Order: sequence, then C-alpha cells, then structure tokens
Amino acid sequence: MKLSKKYISYLWWAIALALFIAMPSLVSDSRLKILGKCLSLGIVALGIDLSWGFTGLLSLGQGIFFSLGGYAIAMFLQLNSLKEGIPEFFGLYGVRELPFFWEPFKSPLFTLIAIWLIPGLIAGLIGYLVFRNRIKGVYFSILTQAALLVFFNFFNGQQKLINGTNGLPTPNTILFGTMVGDPLIQKYFYYLSGILVILFYLFSKWLVSKRFGSILIGIRDDEPRIRFSGYNPVLFKTLIFAFAGCLAGISGALFTVQADLISPQYMRVPFSIEMVIWVAVGGRGTLLGAILGAFFIRLGESFVQGLIPGGWIFIQGGLFILVVTILPEGVIGWINNGGPRNLLTRFGVKRFIATYPSLEANKKEGI
Amino acid sequence: MVKEFILNLKDVSVSFEGFLALNNLNLKLTKGELRAVIGPNGAGKTTFLDVITGKVKPTKGDVFFKGKSLVGKKEHKIARIGVGRKFQSPRVFENLSVQENLEISVSQYSSTIKLIANKPSENKLEEVNKLMKIVNLSSKSEIKAGSLSHGQKQWLEIAMLLGQKPSLMLIDEPVAGLTDEETELTADLLKSLSGENTVLVIDHDMEFIRRLESNVTVLNQGSVLCEGSMDKIQSDPKVIEVYLGKQEDL
Repeated sequence: MKLSKKYISYLWWAIALALFIAMPSLVSDSRLKILGKCLSLGIVALGIDLSWGFTGLLSLGQGIFFSLGGYAIAMFLQLNSLKEGIPEFFGLYGVRELPFFWEPFKSPLFTLIAIWLIPGLIAGLIGYLVFRNRIKGVYFSILTQAALLVFFNFFNGQQKLINGTNGLPTPNTILFGTMVGDPLIQKYFYYLSGILVILFYLFSKWLVSKRFGSILIGIRDDEPRIRFSGYNPVLFKTLIFAFAGCLAGISGALFTVQADLISPQYMRVPFSIEMVIWVAVGGRGTLLGAILGAFFIRLGESFVQGLIPGGWIFIQGGLFILVVTILPEGVIGWINNGGPRNLLTRFGVKRFIATYPSLEANKKEGI
Repeated sequence: MVKEFILNLKDVSVSFEGFLALNNLNLKLTKGELRAVIGPNGAGKTTFLDVITGKVKPTKGDVFFKGKSLVGKKEHKIARIGVGRKFQSPRVFENLSVQENLEISVSQYSSTIKLIANKPSENKLEEVNKLMKIVNLSSKSEIKAGSLSHGQKQWLEIAMLLGQKPSLMLIDEPVAGLTDEETELTADLLKSLSGENTVLVIDHDMEFIRRLESNVTVLNQGSVLCEGSMDKIQSDPKVIEVYLGKQEDL
C-alpha cells in the first residue's frame, strides 16, 4: 500500500516533468509566457510558505522583495541595451546623469547577486528589528504591510530615479544580443523558471527536514518554549524571513522579464495579499501546495480574465472563503490528510481496512 | 565550611501594577538538593519560576545562579547556562514527533549551520533513544506529540528537560493528571536525578511531595512562610492555617 502510494507520486512527477518539457511545442508563444510567469510565482510562494506555513510569520509585504528583484534585473537590462548615454526615459524628466545607484547594475555579475541579496538583506533587516522587539502575529503582518506602502509610495513618486509609476519595460532591451521579448529568449526564461522552482522546492524540503525545520515549527507553535529550550528564536526567524526575501527577489526577476514590465503596481497591497491566498489555497506548510496554488490560481486568473473581464476577483474571493471554511489545510493539506478517501467514504464507498493477511488471502481465494 | 548555593534568591519582589506577586522572597538551594515548593493558589509559585528563567524581571532584589546574577539575561541564555524548566501544563511541540521533540532538546549547543545541514550525530541519537527508554516512549518515537495522552506528554516534557542536561531543574506540577503508578515512577525518577542535579519541584499533591523525602518550602502571598521537612511543615500552625486547612474544622 505504502509502496504504491510512492509510485503514484513518482508518476505525477513524471507527468508534470514531461508536460513541462513538451509545453513549448504544444502551446503558442504567448501562452508559454503565461505559463512561465505562473511558474516563476511559485518561487515567491515557496518563501511565503517557509515563513508563514512553517514559522508562523505572516508577511503581507512580500511584494517589496518581489519588486526589488524585478527592478534589479530591469535596471541591468536597460543599461545593457544602451550603446551610449543613459536610458531614454530619463530625458523626459531632464535627467542628464545616471543616478549613482544605477552604476553597479552595469555589471551582469553584480545584478545576478543583487537580485536575491538586496531583497534578502532588506527582509533580514526588517525582520531582525521586528523580531528583536518581540513583535508577533498580527502586528508583524501590519508592519510588513506598512513597509510595503512606504516602498510603493517611494517607487511610485521617484520619476527621476526609476521612472516612477511607469516602471521599467524590458521587452525591447537586449540580452545576449537578442531582444528580451524574443520568443526564443522567452522560452529559455520559461525553462529557467521551471527548473528554479523545482530546485528551490527540493532545497526548501531539505531545509525543513532537519532539526532546523523542527525548530521553525516549534517557533510557530510555541515560541516561548523554544526560548526555554535554549534557542534564540530571533536568529531563526530572521534567517527564514531573509531567505523568503531572497526567493521573492528571484521570483520577481523571473516574473519581470516574462511580464515585460516592472512597475510599482507590484508593490500594491492586493498583490501581496494574493500571494498569501495562493499559499492558503494550496496548503500552507506543504511547500508543494504553495507552488501549485500560485501556478493554478494565476493560470486560472489569466484564463478567466479572457472570458469574463473583471470576473476573476470574485472567483478568487470565493476560493479564499471556500478554503478558510471547508479546507483550512488547503488543497494539498487536505489530500495529505486523507481527504479524498474520507469524501469517498461519505458517498458510501467502503474504506479498505487492513486486517490479518491470512483473512484477506482467504477472502480473495473465496474459501 | 561555606556551603555552595547553586541558586540564591535575595529579597526578590515582583510587582504587577501594584500587586505584589513576590514579596521579599529569599530562597537558597544547595548543589544536588531536591527541594519541593508548595503553596496555595496565588502564592507566587509560577511567578517565582518566571523570575528565575528570565520571563519576568524582578522589581527588586537579585537572583544568583552559580554565583552569577540572572537578572536581565534573556531566556535562551539562562537555559543555556543550565537552568531547565518544565511547565505546569505539558508544553511539547504537538506537530513534531516524539523523536523530533527530543532532538530539539538535546541540540541546544549545536551551531545553526549544523542544525540546518546535518542530522543529529550518533551520540545525540543515542541520547534521544536513552531518554525515550527512560520515559517509556520508545515505541512512539515517530508519533506526533499532539496525539500522545496527557500523561505521556508530561513524561515527554520531563525527558525534554533531561535532554537539555540542566544543572538546575525547575519542575512545575509534574504529576498533574498522572495515574498513581505514574506518580510513583515520577517521584522515583526525580529522586534519582537529585544528587547530580539540583531539582526544584512545585506541586500540590501531598502524597507525591511526601514521597520525594525532601525539604519543603511553603510559599504564601509571595514570600516564604516556612521551610523544613514534611513532618515539620505539616505540624506548623501557620502552614496548617493557610494551606492544609485547620484540621479541627474538618
């Protein structure tokens, strides 16, 4: 019984992988772009699951770190496609010289590190200051949301520094001598998103499988008890929140190059709350649920938006209510806890009960 | 010869918005001692443990552990220098297995890198196995602590406390909700721990306290009312009045 369960899960993985590899030849370029975006969002959802699902830190400000990653890659691409001078939009505001913080983004190596390090450091700093003062629960959530608003207003208002509310477009920028909007490059980004989401999933799973993971769960369930066991929760919470920030940055960078634009709209409150909904619907504390939640909800969104514009917001609200009231563990949590089996029992399908092997054998042979 | 006091509370007062939970409390524990603390509800027993473990800061007075002041130290630091605590209602990590609970308690000195990257070392695993044997939970190592019975949770928490290897163990009501047999076993276990460790037990159960055969401190209204052997305590008129109830009234 146990063995077959394992094989079924391998089978699912095999199907998912085959679909992932074959997808570029099955769907149009524009559809592929949507899939790639949905995959990249799985990475930010993983971070939320680690910090919220495992450690109990509900951040409503992941949009900060997500957008910082996006801005990092977009600034690099803007500079990379210049032959000389400074990006065009600066001319609109009469800026003649490149702002100083753009300089390091001329280097691809710096950008590759900045994409995850800058969001990670900022998350770590915000986290450390909050956790050190033993601010917990809903107060932490409110603080992260306040931080989100601060970042949003700053980025939205600074035309002369980062083009303000218009954001930084990427499709006409140049990477490896090709336009970023080119279908071939977009196909690579699709693959990169998928590979990274799988790698980060495996890494996160590994991370929580050890004592570190047990301590995170301990902090979620009874933080004072962890203190009295001789551990400093501030350290663990800061580490995991910073890591979630890193993941958000990487996710934001991958999303930006496939969404053609990074702008302060990704620092709006509803988007950060939506991220939390993905994780809640998929199943918090399951990791896989976070990725699938992000992927399918986002996919559903672009599908529904095509049919009934503006209708998605109702479906999303409905989903969230459904999950909170009927599936508090989320879809994957429900499946893991034997939910489908219980449902079948409710409809009168008898449960298979393990008895003595000899009895079963006798029944089968009809003796 | 000057006796070595492992724990020394000097004139400790704790005031919660004017209400004195502890009032000039003085208490000394010698190394290796087993001490029982009793007192009526609201006598300040739990606050007294909160002060030692750093959860509550004393308004006045000082707490010395091995000659060093504990006041102002963070909870996890106090735990690391050897003060272990078992809570009144069992506080185990319900979503972790018995094994994982104990792994946490034996790993407090491991570096964070090790906690992230490595499984517990052979020594630690052996220690965990030994602890599970002591409290009879070996067969339940993979079971989530949340699905254990109340008594088993109490024992798991005691095992977690042992795993921390504290030199001073503060144990709050270890036998609440245990059967008579389990109570006896717990008393024997605590007795065997003293000597090497210093153990302070808080409880209501008189039979259990008597079984510990230790000195007893009676707390009342935040200060020490009386100290001595169980027999002495039970014959003290003040104690009878506040705690045991007047015999003649019955």
